[in-house]
Amino acid sequence: MAAWRSGALDPMELISPTEFAKEKIEAVQDYAVLAGRSVSNLFRHPRYLGDIIQQADLVGVGSLPIVILAGLSIGAELALNSANTLEKFGSLSLIGQLVSVGMVTELGPIITGLMVAGRNASGMASELGSMVVTEQIDAMRALGTDPMKKLVAPRVVSTVFMLFFLTIIADLLGLVGGAIVARLIFGIDSHQYWNSAWQALAFRDVFTGLMKPLFFGFIIATVGCYYGMSTRGGTQGVGKATTQAMVASSVLILVVNFFITKFMMAVLGTH
Amino acid sequence: MAAPPTVIEQPTQPTQRSASPVIAFEDVSLAFENKSVLDGISFHLPPGESKAIFGVAGSGKSTILKLALGLLKPDGGSIQVLGEDVTQMHESDLFELRRRVGMVFQESALFDSMTVRENVAFRLMEEHDVSEEEIERRVREALSFVELEHTLDLYPSELSGGMRRRVAIARATVTRPEVLLYDSPTGGLDPVTSTTIIELIVKQRDVYKTSSLLVTHRLQDAFTMATHYFDRKSNHMRPLPPGMLCEVPMNFLILRDGKVIFDGGRRELQETKDEYIREYIS
Repeated sequence: MAAWRSGALDPMELISPTEFAKEKIEAVQDYAVLAGRSVSNLFRHPRYLGDIIQQADLVGVGSLPIVILAGLSIGAELALNSANTLEKFGSLSLIGQLVSVGMVTELGPIITGLMVAGRNASGMASELGSMVVTEQIDAMRALGTDPMKKLVAPRVVSTVFMLFFLTIIADLLGLVGGAIVARLIFGIDSHQYWNSAWQALAFRDVFTGLMKPLFFGFIIATVGCYYGMSTRGGTQGVGKATTQAMVASSVLILVVNFFITKFMMAVLGTH
Repeated sequence: MAAPPTVIEQPTQPTQRSASPVIAFEDVSLAFENKSVLDGISFHLPPGESKAIFGVAGSGKSTILKLALGLLKPDGGSIQVLGEDVTQMHESDLFELRRRVGMVFQESALFDSMTVRENVAFRLMEEHDVSEEEIERRVREALSFVELEHTLDLYPSELSGGMRRRVAIARATVTRPEVLLYDSPTGGLDPVTSTTIIELIVKQRDVYKTSSLLVTHRLQDAFTMATHYFDRKSNHMRPLPPGMLCEVPMNFLILRDGKVIFDGGRRELQETKDEYIREYIS
């Protein structure tokens, strides 16, 4: 725990690099423990099916409008921007191919991940953070219930599960957005667009695109829960945890996305 | 006036006192950020007894309760709760032990997204093998004990501070725990509501014979507990006749600078020569 959080030091007081490094290593260690336990708790009783369904509704159904909107607009913009370049080379018919590969392998998972991170990682951090500062987490432990099982594990399961389907929806709507632009602005035949989009997709593209939300969902839920469960310092601490959860999960998604893509290229080969 | 206290008259008390303690702290020490909070404290809570813990703010009173529940780990010493050494137990084993202990938190710590019914039923629902009908019956019984049956479907935010404390007592007692820990149950409440809460604690002590640790700033609360009994006939707390005061299973523990400076009964406390304690209780 940061020394200044407990009031021992002034918030503006500089801490030594060693202390700073120690804090960061401790934070990574605590996060790793939480992430590990969230997985191991899946195989232990009791399992909170009701809580999993409730969280799935919050994460999945709750995020649907923003994912639909983001998917449609990103697909449309991708078609609009790529069409200008393709037109120069007389390859406007390839627009469906470009939109489908772009959406399915990269933009669909990333945009959905970032949207859900912004909405749910921060939501989880603020909800759990509020429970920490009002002693509700301690009360839960005092009542003989493990908050890691009751609160963290259902959030992880439901986020991983729902992000997978939200990504498929975003991919599909991205293609629909691209189709609308291709048909209405560039006059491309819809049949040709969908045919091109479908033909362009290889197994590795779909596999890579559907692997990513599993990792991103895990990152969103564990980071949100980690910052929530480690909240200190009252309402101000809750606000800080909320912001940190959103930023950290977004950055992690971008970083992890690069490595997954690289790994998949190495394993499944490139185009 | 009601008949003399039937609840205090049981001759079982001396044998209870000789039984192994429900809570035993032995040379327990704890420091936060190199600042010592508890410095080698030791005390015992015999079965059926209530012990009020006093001390100035920051003296480690609430910390003692959290240590007893295993919510915090001490830096040194041992803590026995219901025969188990909580300092050596793994978190997963502690959950089992905690089901035998009830705790009322300082600010009630009710789950704000759950109704009163769900809050009180929480522990029963977590047991996963109690029927809906049984849960409903026991929740109503616990809420009727604190006279809040009508609040079943309300949320904690819709209750007054005193009502929240009473719901917290119902939640802590719904499974009939063997020991109860009260963390400033009357803190921030008006005198009338405080008396209602103390009456409930006395009722729990005298009707169910539950051992308890009570952290409080209010000396008068502990003295009320030491000088009153719960009369089941009138369903109210009544003052004890002078000759029976020493029979109440009530003790006092005072902390100063992380150490226990007093651990004894009401009479010893009133007769102490220690200047600090005399000033504290005056």
